[in-house]
Amino acid sequence: MNEKIISAENLTKKFKNLTALDAINFEVEKGNLTAIIGPDGAGKTTLIRLIAGLIVPTSGNLKVLGKNILGNEQAIQEKISYLPQKFGLYEDLSIEENMTLYADLHGVEKNLRRKRFSHLLEMTGLTPFTKRLAGKLSGGMKQKLGLACTLVRSPEILLLDEPTVGVDPLSRRELWEIVKQLVAEENLSVVVNTAYMDEAELCEKVFVMNHGKILKFGTPAEIKAVAENRCYRIKTPPNMPTRILQSILMDDKENVIDSVPEGNFVRFIGAANFNAEKFSLPVEKISERLEDGFMILLHDDEKNKNPAVANLKTLSLNEKYFISAEIDIEVKNLLKKFGEFTAVDKTSFEVHRGEVFGLLGPNGAGKTTTFRMLCGLLPLTDGFLSVAGVNLRTARTEARANIGYVAQKFSLYGNLTVEENLNFFGGAYGLSGKILSNRIAEVLQEFHLDGHEKDAAGDLPGGYKQRLSMAAALLHQPKILFLDEPTSGIDPLARRDFWRQITDLSVKGTTIIITTHFMEEAEYCDRMMIQDKGKLLTIGTPQEIRKNFGGENSTMNEIFIKIVENSRGGGK
Amino acid sequence: MLIRKEFLSTVKDPRTRAILIAPVIVQSMLFGHAATFNLEKVPYALLDLSRSETSTNFIAKLKGGGVFQRVKNLGNSTEIAAAIDSGEALMVITIAQNFESEILQNRSGKIQVITDGRNTMTASVASGYLGRIVDEFNGAGKISLDVITWFNENLITRWNFLPGLMGLLSLIQVMLLAGLSVAREREQGTFDQLLVTPLSPFQILIGKAVIPVVIGIFQSTLVFLICRNVFEIPFNGSLPPLYLTLLIFTLSCTGIGLSISAISSSMQQVMVYCFVLILPMVLLSGFATPVANMPEFLQILTYADPLRFALDSLRRIYLEGCTISDVAFNFVPMLTVAAITLPVAAYLFRNID
Repeated sequence: MNEKIISAENLTKKFKNLTALDAINFEVEKGNLTAIIGPDGAGKTTLIRLIAGLIVPTSGNLKVLGKNILGNEQAIQEKISYLPQKFGLYEDLSIEENMTLYADLHGVEKNLRRKRFSHLLEMTGLTPFTKRLAGKLSGGMKQKLGLACTLVRSPEILLLDEPTVGVDPLSRRELWEIVKQLVAEENLSVVVNTAYMDEAELCEKVFVMNHGKILKFGTPAEIKAVAENRCYRIKTPPNMPTRILQSILMDDKENVIDSVPEGNFVRFIGAANFNAEKFSLPVEKISERLEDGFMILLHDDEKNKNPAVANLKTLSLNEKYFISAEIDIEVKNLLKKFGEFTAVDKTSFEVHRGEVFGLLGPNGAGKTTTFRMLCGLLPLTDGFLSVAGVNLRTARTEARANIGYVAQKFSLYGNLTVEENLNFFGGAYGLSGKILSNRIAEVLQEFHLDGHEKDAAGDLPGGYKQRLSMAAALLHQPKILFLDEPTSGIDPLARRDFWRQITDLSVKGTTIIITTHFMEEAEYCDRMMIQDKGKLLTIGTPQEIRKNFGGENSTMNEIFIKIVENSRGGGK
Repeated sequence: MLIRKEFLSTVKDPRTRAILIAPVIVQSMLFGHAATFNLEKVPYALLDLSRSETSTNFIAKLKGGGVFQRVKNLGNSTEIAAAIDSGEALMVITIAQNFESEILQNRSGKIQVITDGRNTMTASVASGYLGRIVDEFNGAGKISLDVITWFNENLITRWNFLPGLMGLLSLIQVMLLAGLSVAREREQGTFDQLLVTPLSPFQILIGKAVIPVVIGIFQSTLVFLICRNVFEIPFNGSLPPLYLTLLIFTLSCTGIGLSISAISSSMQQVMVYCFVLILPMVLLSGFATPVANMPEFLQILTYADPLRFALDSLRRIYLEGCTISDVAFNFVPMLTVAAITLPVAAYLFRNID
């Protein structure tokens, strides 16, 4: 057995009425990579901050590096490095100046610095940019610089709090390579919070947390084993979007715990008493994954939870679902320049009515710029852009009446109540009187917000906020719905509900444009496009793209990385 | 509808709510009282060259008023400078040698008053009091009062000062409020949400402008009530021209505030711009020093300062009882500022990368 560097006994943390951590017990071994996974509000960040000595436990014991954290915060903090979710980089300082500053703050000896700096810069691939201002870096590079700054000295423990939120798959992979290299070189112990299962899979030990409790602690294989013999897949019948079949399975709460689309198949987890005979389509048994184990653990813990969406149109296997030939969005030679910099370079594509269309790309690829131009938030430099049959260059106001928009971060009025927000946005879209009050009642019910009408929007829990944003955007029943990274920061169960809602909207004829960093979510899309450096790299159905770039067995993440790397390599 | 939302989000924000009422009252009181604080004991030096019965009577009257306190008797006029310079006396009252004889001959007897302009408020109020005593004394004959202010020849009285405060306080509040309104939404990301609705920039502009204007006028009303009821400054004008002036003025301030807001990406940035602008606006407005005394190029610059014309109008209306047509010439520069800044703000809402 290895030395224990962190151990907790009945560790509890309460904030006012909320119990963030509820008498948990655990141990972390030296030299291990330990991941904490769990939905939003599970207590992951609280746990990391407790270990870092930034907050004091309400009761229970927490020992870090053999010392009780209470009273030894200073001594312990000298031996650990902590990378918070939002790391404090000084945007007006260069990479080198930021590192020097943190070295000064941590009192790193001058003669050790040069070697350490060049090693870190080399590892993070930032060597060519040392003079660049931190504020001018892309999201992924900023995160790498943050990591480099926390590592200017050699800590014994490295704490990472969701280091890859909002970071594209390529940068994510690079970050993890750095972390793994450090563990190997310096016998570093790492504790990391993450929402990504593939990242947890890279760790030696995994905690699964929910509602302040540890549901399971073990190796990734042990957690995976929870789902042993319970995973299946079904091939989607022709002329049916995979998404529809996935939703049908998702609705079958009796037999199915979880389902996700994957290429031409839908993967799903059977309920404990699952019987494959019951299905009209052929069911194939497949091997389990870490996520499956995680979903089963969560599902069992949340058994009594109400579904988050209602008023769904019932889907059936016998109905025909197809996408209309009508074109809702037409983009021709779209060009956007910021000064000399070309953010979007002559891009053309079309989106059909009722289609779910994904915009993907690494940080800085131009997808946000494209997205903002489509919504009419950003004027275009050149090209043609028509949304719901209205030319956006000449009639932006009319075009906007046809669209709904859900921003990346919660952007309704936090100090207004749910009802006031809905009233306001309804009014802004020209609804009033009886029509408006009926629509408000409908969306409140549809998104399970009834009972919260008088709550201030800003005080709602994360999942509710997201549903309120959707409700506000759908009040005027727009033809097209724009969603900008709607699922970052929400937990996997809420994400399933979210996609169920999207499927419902598309069935009812709403066109949906969505950006996401979760590549597996691209599987829900009818078609998607991948951009990098302002250029369109590929466009097509997930199946087509998979076939052209890697084959049936690759995950979407692998394919994405391959496509972007191909294009970057070819450009040299 | 947008106005309703703006109103709700303004009054629901505890930080905004806090700056709506309390500071106005506190500031008006402070400004007002700073002007009247030491009026019970105005130290003065006396140079009685007349040494007559009439002058003695006058001095007794002065003493009886309870406001003035003699700190020094001067022997001759060469001592005046020392008495004022040292700050020992706030004013020096010189009664002319021929004071009595002139009065007896039914001509006016001369009293010269030299005040210390460094303490403008007290000096001016004190000479005001002195004037009243002289008026009362005038029943017995005629006295001409010759007031000379040293160090600051531009006498500002409280009566001049407080009506001006109506403009000054609403300028600060309106600019900040209008400035922060868009920047706050930008920071919270709600502005994008607003821009994707079919509301036209013009509608957004109106929604954003109404609340600051209303609040500005409301605050001016508070100052107005304090002027009348706490400091009892007589109001000689009528309300319609006063409120028309305030409306035009707050509109132009809102325009400036919203333009600042449209180019700022954060609330801090707005704060910095506002304070950088407000100080010169106050200096150039004639709030403390008359515009006529400024160098010519600064005088030209004052045309861009709505506060200058607002102050002038407010004072004229409040103190002189001017009508709308009397002060209408002041509206032109203010309306010009509003006519430029408001459309600019509306354009910038949407067309900034």
